[in-house]
Amino acid sequence: MRFYEFEARKIVELAGIPVTKYGFCTSAEEARKVAEEIGGPVVIKSQVLSGGRMKAGGVKFADTPDEAARHAEEILELEINGHMPRGVLVDPKAEVKQEYYASVVWDGTAKKPLMLFSDMGGIDIEEVAETHPDHVGKGHVSNLLPISDFEAKQVVAATGVTGSQLNRATPVLARLARLFRDNDMTLAEINPLAELTDGSFVALDAHMEMENEAVGRQKKLLRKELQIAEDDTRETYEPSDFEKNVGAIDAADHRGVIQGKDHGFTGNLGLVIGAGGGSLTLTDAVRNQGGQPANYSEIGGNPSVAKACGLAKEVLEKDGVEKIAVMMSIVSNTRVDIVARGVIKACLELGKDPGETIAIFRIPGAWEEEGFKILDKYGVETCDRSVSMWEAAGRAVAKIQGAPA
Amino acid sequence: MSILLDKDTTFIVQGITGREAVNLTRECLDYGSKIVGGVTPGRKGREVHGVPVFDTVAQAVENHGGPIDGSVVTVPPGFTKDAVLEAIENGIKLIVIVTERIPRGDVAQMVELANMRGARIIGPNCLGLIVPEVCKMGGIGGPAKDAAKAYQPGRVGVMSRSGGMTTEISSSLTQAGLGVSTAVSIGGDAIIGSAYAELMPYFEADEQTEAIVIYTEPGGRMEAQLAEWVKDNDSRLPIVAFMAGKFMDDDEMKGMSFGHAGTIVEGVEDTATEKIARLEAAGIRVVERIDEIPDVVKEKIGATA
Amino acid sequence: MAEQLTKVFIDVEVDDSIAGDAVIAAKLEEVCPVDIFKDADGSVEIVDGNCDECVLCKLCIEAAPAGTVHVKKLYDGTELN
Repeated sequence: MRFYEFEARKIVELAGIPVTKYGFCTSAEEARKVAEEIGGPVVIKSQVLSGGRMKAGGVKFADTPDEAARHAEEILELEINGHMPRGVLVDPKAEVKQEYYASVVWDGTAKKPLMLFSDMGGIDIEEVAETHPDHVGKGHVSNLLPISDFEAKQVVAATGVTGSQLNRATPVLARLARLFRDNDMTLAEINPLAELTDGSFVALDAHMEMENEAVGRQKKLLRKELQIAEDDTRETYEPSDFEKNVGAIDAADHRGVIQGKDHGFTGNLGLVIGAGGGSLTLTDAVRNQGGQPANYSEIGGNPSVAKACGLAKEVLEKDGVEKIAVMMSIVSNTRVDIVARGVIKACLELGKDPGETIAIFRIPGAWEEEGFKILDKYGVETCDRSVSMWEAAGRAVAKIQGAPA
Repeated sequence: MSILLDKDTTFIVQGITGREAVNLTRECLDYGSKIVGGVTPGRKGREVHGVPVFDTVAQAVENHGGPIDGSVVTVPPGFTKDAVLEAIENGIKLIVIVTERIPRGDVAQMVELANMRGARIIGPNCLGLIVPEVCKMGGIGGPAKDAAKAYQPGRVGVMSRSGGMTTEISSSLTQAGLGVSTAVSIGGDAIIGSAYAELMPYFEADEQTEAIVIYTEPGGRMEAQLAEWVKDNDSRLPIVAFMAGKFMDDDEMKGMSFGHAGTIVEGVEDTATEKIARLEAAGIRVVERIDEIPDVVKEKIGATA
Repeated sequence: MAEQLTKVFIDVEVDDSIAGDAVIAAKLEEVCPVDIFKDADGSVEIVDGNCDECVLCKLCIEAAPAGTVHVKKLYDGTELN
């Protein structure tokens, strides 16, 4: 789950990391008020979940509250990369002496959070790591033991930073690591962490991402502190109707799991496929043999007839779908006969002939004998486990293209 | 021989009274696995398919009269960490976590404690592991009859990020007469207990295993880690890999999540194309299709033992 | 538009001899994992919309006197026993 900059600032502030005296505003008047309170030059920043704000004109400087209000007015109406802003951040224009970088990410190989720090902040950290590796400090923290400040101190010191800067940067990085763990983040980044002319350190920009699986247990942060509504999920893209419908069918019935995606798919062959790994493999197999999938899907677990039917119907009702291929890797707890009933019913309920509409049915495994009885009755072409997933996909493609199978 | 399991392996099922657990308990018992107890707090005194249920792992160990080798954990995600820590702290050394959707912070804590105590975690979000005709831990392969169809004893070790694909690949090896020494569904999450490279030393030490087949997907650095391990350890085991999800390299697909949690693609490093190049550079053969696997394995180790 | 079909694959019936038996009605409702049977004030009621969800578990057949519950597989003309 992604956070807006104004939310990320709040998160680091709650963790005890110094931030500026910013204000989050949703109107020009609010922006004017905040600018007056700040009493000096300010920066107005669009609050969108997109990069490239500066380039798009979403970041402007203002010397007076009037100017701040005018910029805020414009930016509040400015669409950036398809996103409309939630509001604007009004920030005191900082007197920066030096910019640093601090972040915490997951190291999947070490299976521990990794702290990163650089005295070359403000720019792309991957670039810095490549061109100036001795300016990037790294260090893991334990998942179990409390995080002690010295662990962060070592990481900062590795970049050569010393003196009072070391002593100010250390608690920032340590607190960032603690908040990463406590709040189930997958990314906690402050860039730049600015050293101001008066020697203080502040987070000038912050970027946070929380693991979706943990959202349910971070209610205090999300609902109380940040006041984010439960249905405000900030997905990277807007789900299509197909995706939403399949999601609704899945949510309404706890038996088994279905998922559908069609972003980027425009073909004529609907795919009712599973499970996870099988779906990926089969989608590749269809495409690599010249087929044009209309969608991606996953069916798995122990689905009901209704759920299998629901998915198949949604796929069949997509624009341009002529036939569906029903294929899975060998199944252990998904019942072949139940899925067979579901996909055949979908055809019948839409007034379509199952034998014509289902290009191929390839699901070996539990209750397959019973499944074959049903499929044979309705004239559906089937494959058993001796036909590979690749071959089954190829037959489906051949069928829909009209070539002899 | 096999890895991790043998005919004497004993294990418990944590969360045994749940719908999925009741099912896999039946399957494992039918397969000949030695399930010596189950744990569901509050349900002590019950029985599931003849297996006694306890409130705590300690009670199960006491009842058994000695250390228990393993546990299959099916407890819901909010409680899994507690169950796994309990297993570890009661001397269990092999823990299969079936549960999915566990926050990775919890998984990382479980793994760290396991490391400290010399225990091994398989999963989470996995179907377990199987040594054909010896022992099955988890839902892998389904009912005993079906598992026997797909998994026959043999010469190839299988590791897969997808439970279903473990069986698909093993079935193709069985049909080709090569068979499987041990098959492990390692799990589909971003952080798992045992990556390919971490299980390789076990396979390396197993005389029965002559080759390895892995199933992999975009996302994560496990394949890079394996490639490095192979180079650093002069392995005797030829490895064949199949990678799914190459369609995700398309620009429209970037950043979308398909398949398992660990498959979210971020940046160039994790794409299917890059991974394949890295594997091949380490001498690991990457095939385009699952049905090519048996022939490639036979090329490397011969058609018969 | 699209209709919702019922009893395409499975048809379930009970004999008149037990249809009004309150004890059996309650039992059938309890054992069926997909809610095909409803205890309608002591009478056995078949929920048509759930028949196609039948998992062929036979718990209903075991819960009633032999031969009084009929689970018909419409796709091959046989009855579960």
